[in-house]
Amino acid sequence: MSVSEPPLDSPEIRRLSPVLAPGHTYATVTDKIAAIVLTRRVSLGWLAGFGIAFTMVMVLNLAVGWLIIKGVGIWGINIPIGWGFAIVNFVWWIGIGHAGTLISAILFLLNQKWRTSINRFAEAMTLFAVACAGLFPLIHTGRPWMAYYMFPYPSTMGLWPQFRSPLIWDVFAVSTYGTVSAMFWFVGLIPDLATLRDHAIGKPKQIIYGMLAMGWRGSARHWHRYQSAYLLLAGLATPLVLSVHTVVSFDFSVAIVPGWHTTIFPPYFVAGAIYSGFAMVLTIAIPLRAAYDLEDFITMRHLENMAMVMLATGLIVAYGYFFEFFLSLYSGNKFDVFLVQQRLHGPYNHFYFALILCNILTPQLLWFQKIRTNVAMLFIMSLIINLGMWLERFVIVVISLTRDFMPSAWGRYSATFWDYATFAGTLGLFTMLLFLFVRVLPAISIAEMRELVAETTEEHK
Amino acid sequence: MIEHRSHTYGVLGEFVTEHELIHAAEKAREAGYRRYEAYAPFPVEGLSEAMGLKRNKVPLITLIGGLCGGLGGFFFQYWCNVYSYPLNIAGRPLNSWPAWIPVTFELTVLGASLSAVFGMLALNGLPQPHHPLFNVERFSKHATSDRFFLCIEARDKKFDLADASRFLQGLNAQHVTEVVDD
Repeated sequence: MSVSEPPLDSPEIRRLSPVLAPGHTYATVTDKIAAIVLTRRVSLGWLAGFGIAFTMVMVLNLAVGWLIIKGVGIWGINIPIGWGFAIVNFVWWIGIGHAGTLISAILFLLNQKWRTSINRFAEAMTLFAVACAGLFPLIHTGRPWMAYYMFPYPSTMGLWPQFRSPLIWDVFAVSTYGTVSAMFWFVGLIPDLATLRDHAIGKPKQIIYGMLAMGWRGSARHWHRYQSAYLLLAGLATPLVLSVHTVVSFDFSVAIVPGWHTTIFPPYFVAGAIYSGFAMVLTIAIPLRAAYDLEDFITMRHLENMAMVMLATGLIVAYGYFFEFFLSLYSGNKFDVFLVQQRLHGPYNHFYFALILCNILTPQLLWFQKIRTNVAMLFIMSLIINLGMWLERFVIVVISLTRDFMPSAWGRYSATFWDYATFAGTLGLFTMLLFLFVRVLPAISIAEMRELVAETTEEHK
Repeated sequence: MIEHRSHTYGVLGEFVTEHELIHAAEKAREAGYRRYEAYAPFPVEGLSEAMGLKRNKVPLITLIGGLCGGLGGFFFQYWCNVYSYPLNIAGRPLNSWPAWIPVTFELTVLGASLSAVFGMLALNGLPQPHHPLFNVERFSKHATSDRFFLCIEARDKKFDLADASRFLQGLNAQHVTEVVDD
């Protein structure tokens, strides 16, 4: 990415848009962030947003309840299209989670200061996205109450899971990812929970935050070990996040279905995951900073940096599309060539063209700084990219399955009301959890903001 | 002159900046105190060195956890597929180890991460619901917000309440108080 600007860390850029607005002290960052949770009253806007999200969660309950009663026949799936919305949504959600880990782990290892004010809610986003993602394969099994069959446990039948199958790798990858993300998030929260415990008014809050803070008191010996553990977790989460979407892509690429069986899938899936995840971070960050007056902490510099990451990963994704296309033609394999024709001229070609429009053409606007620093444009762009990445998974899953080797095995797929209801329901679940999160936990890491205050005052001296 | 009581935990001094705290920690070490602890609302760079803290055991615990997870995961799959329930699929070898690498990798990361977190908590003695320092009002109010504290503990061989208080005051500490455990 060659941008005709001075590098990000040059004094000029920092003066234009700092990572933290000047004039903050340890006490002001503490009070400002803790106040959102502790003293701010529930606003009407929050109640309305929460209410809508909660209603959608009820839709999810209904959809999943009906699914459990009737079975997966209520969805649009059938042979040959056994993987409909459920897998499209699974891959989409898990991809969204990846940006949270990228911000919290990889940018931490790279010592990028701008990560500080966005890592906490990005990690929360990861957790909630993984929760939504995990739901889909679970209910897609048709008998979710038998899901424990996928874990190795000493059963009376003497059977073990098929460890050679990508679907079992998925179980391990996603559950490890969920566990490690939750721990990483919680470890980061401990010092802030102690702050909330000490600032809370009223016994119930003090007791709840006190129990969660586990008696943290900021001792230097504790910090010493804490920092080691945090650094190690970041180091472990980095290869983990790359492995998770790689394993998800194995679900496709290990199969021999045309359009799936390619070696480019792992890197291209990981890039796509980060791309969609950053789009989702922007979708959340922009309303969050406006609603809670967090412009001092989530500055234009953050938004612009995220836009640049989107542009870069978007280009990697474009490269992936191009090579997927090229290698299919170059291979001379008639099924692969046919699949390319189906993407361009088949019954779902409008999805493919919409995908190219959303994921490749529109993001090119991000080359312009005017667009990258326009909050409204960034928000719209982030929604478009989210949609584009969803379309990408739809194209991969549906076009390949409807057009495999024998014309007699071809089919068509269309989603039913319950498919849409389940998807909308997970969007509601995700939103509801985020609404709860910003009310009960600090959406920005207070301890790390204090560190940033220490570093920035040091620089000004 | 304050009397040294049996349930005295130590003497606590408050500092406004992290530099004062680092300075105080260095001086306390030079003065021969060994059982003392610094408290800060964020990890202060240079504080561990000033207190002479050595490398901690968290990395070692993490390594052991990762090795257990990885080796345990791999050999568990080996045992399942080769001994417990061998399944002949088109004459392919039972020990098809490349197919077990993803699960082995995930379990390595899982084992290492769990050990890092729980190892850190265990070494820190957390969760710890009660600590004498929480009796000090200014500590509760400021230690997790904007102030830095140094506590010279009563279990130090050199500890004398009056001496330690004077020592902290000499370092420009504010609100020097006795910490009582009751």
